[in-house]
Parts: sequence; C-alpha cells; structure tokens
Amino acid sequence: MGEIVKTDAVIIGAGPVGLFAVFELGLLDIKAHVLDILPKAGGQCAELYPEKPIYDIPGFPTITGQGLVDNLMKQIEPFAPTFHYNQMVSSLEPVGSPEAPAFRVITEDGDVFDTKVVLIAAGGGSFQPKKPPIAGIDAYENTSVFYAVRKMEQFRGRRVLIVGGGDSALDWALNLQGVAERVTLMHRRDAFRAAPHSVNAMRELVREKKMDFVLGQVTGLKGEGGMLSHAIVRGEDGSTFDLACDAMLPFFGLTMKLGPIAQWGLNLHENLIPVDTEKFETNMPGIFAVGDINTYPGKLKLILSGFHEVALAAQRAHRYIYPDKKLTFQYTTSSSSLQKKLGVS
Amino acid sequence: MVQITFIDSTGQSRSVSADEGSTVMEAALRNSIPGIEAECGGACACATCHVYVDDAWVAKLPKAQPMEEDMLDFAFDVRTGSRLSCQIRITSEIDGLVVSTPERQG
Repeated sequence: MGEIVKTDAVIIGAGPVGLFAVFELGLLDIKAHVLDILPKAGGQCAELYPEKPIYDIPGFPTITGQGLVDNLMKQIEPFAPTFHYNQMVSSLEPVGSPEAPAFRVITEDGDVFDTKVVLIAAGGGSFQPKKPPIAGIDAYENTSVFYAVRKMEQFRGRRVLIVGGGDSALDWALNLQGVAERVTLMHRRDAFRAAPHSVNAMRELVREKKMDFVLGQVTGLKGEGGMLSHAIVRGEDGSTFDLACDAMLPFFGLTMKLGPIAQWGLNLHENLIPVDTEKFETNMPGIFAVGDINTYPGKLKLILSGFHEVALAAQRAHRYIYPDKKLTFQYTTSSSSLQKKLGVS
Repeated sequence: MVQITFIDSTGQSRSVSADEGSTVMEAALRNSIPGIEAECGGACACATCHVYVDDAWVAKLPKAQPMEEDMLDFAFDVRTGSRLSCQIRITSEIDGLVVSTPERQG
C-alpha cells in the first residue's frame, strides 16, 4: 500500500458525465480525483464511438464522441483534476457518519484514497475484456488463458495461441514473437482491422515461418488441472482439429460489466443505482450516482441528463465538504469569483 | 410494415412488424426481443446485436460493409450468415426476413 491520497471528492468514471462533474465541483472549490479502468478519458464516447457524431448536446448541432471529450477536458483544465487511469475501484467503505460522510476507496492495484464524497459516474459499468463463450474456459483462466498481458516473461518458452484480428491481437502476436516458443495467430478471416504496418509485419513473420497464422475459431479447450494442452478449432472449411498450445490470449474487445460496484452496500435496481432527483444521492449519504449508472422515475440515459445531475449533486457535496460555508448561487457569466476560478477574469 | 421473425437459441420464434427505414436491431429492441443487447445503440461499435441470417435470406440482403465485417470480429461463433442487426436496414424487399439470435452476445 502506497501513500494514502486525501481528497474532497473521488469520481469513479472519466466519461463525459464524470468529466463534467470535475467542472461543477470545481466551481464550488471541491477538488477531485478521477479514476477510470480505461487508459484514457472519455468512457463510451472515446471507446465505443469516437468518430460518431452526437446530435443532442445542447449548443452543438453535431459533435463527435472524441470531440466532446476533448472539449470537456479543455473545459475542466482550470480545476486541474488528477486522473488515475487503468484503475478499477475494488472497494468503497464508509468511514464517517451520515452527517459527516467519509470514505476509503481502494483500487485493484492497492491505491488508497480517503475522500469526503464519491460520485459514481460509471456509465454502463467498467469496460472489461470480452470472454469467449467456450465451455470450461474458466478452469484455464489466469493459468493458461489470459485476457491481458501483464508480464511478457510469463510466456517465455510457451506455445502461445493469440485469437483475434484487431490491434491488441496483432500487437501481442508481434511482441511475444521471440519471447514465446511459438506464436500462433488465429482469426476467423484473412482480413484485419489492425494497423496495416502490424499486419504486414505479421505476414512477413509468417512467410519466414517464425509465426503461424491459422484461419478458424476456437470452439473448445483441452488440458489437465488448468494447464492448456490443445485448443479445439473449427477451421474455415468447417473441419475440426486440435491445435497444440500452452497458453491462449483471446482479444475480442471490451464489454461493460457492473463489476465490484455491486458489493459496496448500495441499493441496486437491475444493475442501476437508485437515486433521488434533488441531489442524485444514493442510499448511502455522501455517495452520489450520476449519468447512465443511476435510475429514478423518468430517467433518460442522455449525456445532457448526466450534466444536469452532476450540477445538483455538487451542491449537496458542498454541504458535506464545507458544512459551515453558505453556498450562494452564482452564474459564470457574471460572477467574478467563478471567473477567477476559471482563470478568465 | 415489414414482417421480421427472430428465433432465439432455444428455438422459440417471435415475429414483429417494423417500419421501413429503421433497422433490424431497432425492431428487436422496440419489441423486447431477447438476445439482442445493442450496447452501443446502433453505432456499429460493439457487436452485441449479432444475428444469424437464415440461409434463404443471406444472398437477398445487401452485403456487409467493411466496417461491419471488422466489428463482427468482436462477435463470437461467427458463421456464414452472421450479421450485425443494426446494419440491416428494413426495406420492403426483406419482408419475411428470418434471423436467429446467438446463445449470447459476449
């Protein structure tokens, strides 16, 4: 366990709503740390549809997912939030009282945050690798089947089967070539949506017989005690054969899972967190849920609804963090103190 | 209105009527057809609206665009008739279309 980070607010999720929460909290002098499981800001906007135009952001007749994220990042710059990427929050424990809430937030990597309020802006949950629906795959996970590469060395001397046709599959096929005893890349078709130079490099290695490429899909696994010995493969022509391998790395993109949120003692309704519509607070005082992850009568999963929700949640958060300060409502157009915070006065 | 039939992985069949111009994915969601998740909302960005088009219909549909083929790489158990239902536009030509939904969307 490293040093404990002390902060006013922890925002879980760096999607558009989490980012705008930084702004609304910042206007009220509330400092925030933002945690996200992805390696970058933007959530679904950046991960699922960076190039797609969005047509229902007020004031923008059209803006792409990435464009919106870039603008939000610029908008919150004056508040200098601290981002912690590649971090999944594993536990959230109340350590205060309902009147003076305080929480200890711990990530999977063991980073610890002591905070007064928490805003859960986790959208559809955390992005996690898609797991292929192969019967019995669980028995091999973390011994022979891996959805990410943490240390390349663990594959030294092993016959590695990499499945997929995107950048992750190609990048790891190339990186592990030379470390693994043998790398086999398997994909359902002889076309890739990965960077052309990676595809060319892979084809060159296959030509030189330093790597194998197999057309097909994995339908089953064989091995004893979690140690993989063969993948059962359905080839392009419909035939089935065994492919000898010691490790398999499937790369089928990401999917959203609620994840550890379910264990934090929050009321849940169909994987969503019920909140009130005055403060967007959960059943645990001091924990707010905003954006797609929350639910209330009439809820619409719109980015614009999330923006509204964080503005109101911030008002309540202010009362917890500065119980003795009176909060006067101000406009950014006319308030010199707000403009000072924004660095424009 | 165009008739579309969805057959789930247990073999249960459900027929719905859909407006021309919308997509097969939208028709599924509007009618609460199980087995279609459409996580990304139709942006061809997630492969969770994967369906198997009935053999008799495969050739009658416009071919998948490269973007759809790319995204199908993220789907599981891809077969000859595999398509992303958000990319199948509903026209009068596909009246009577039959698709099956996979056991799971990933």
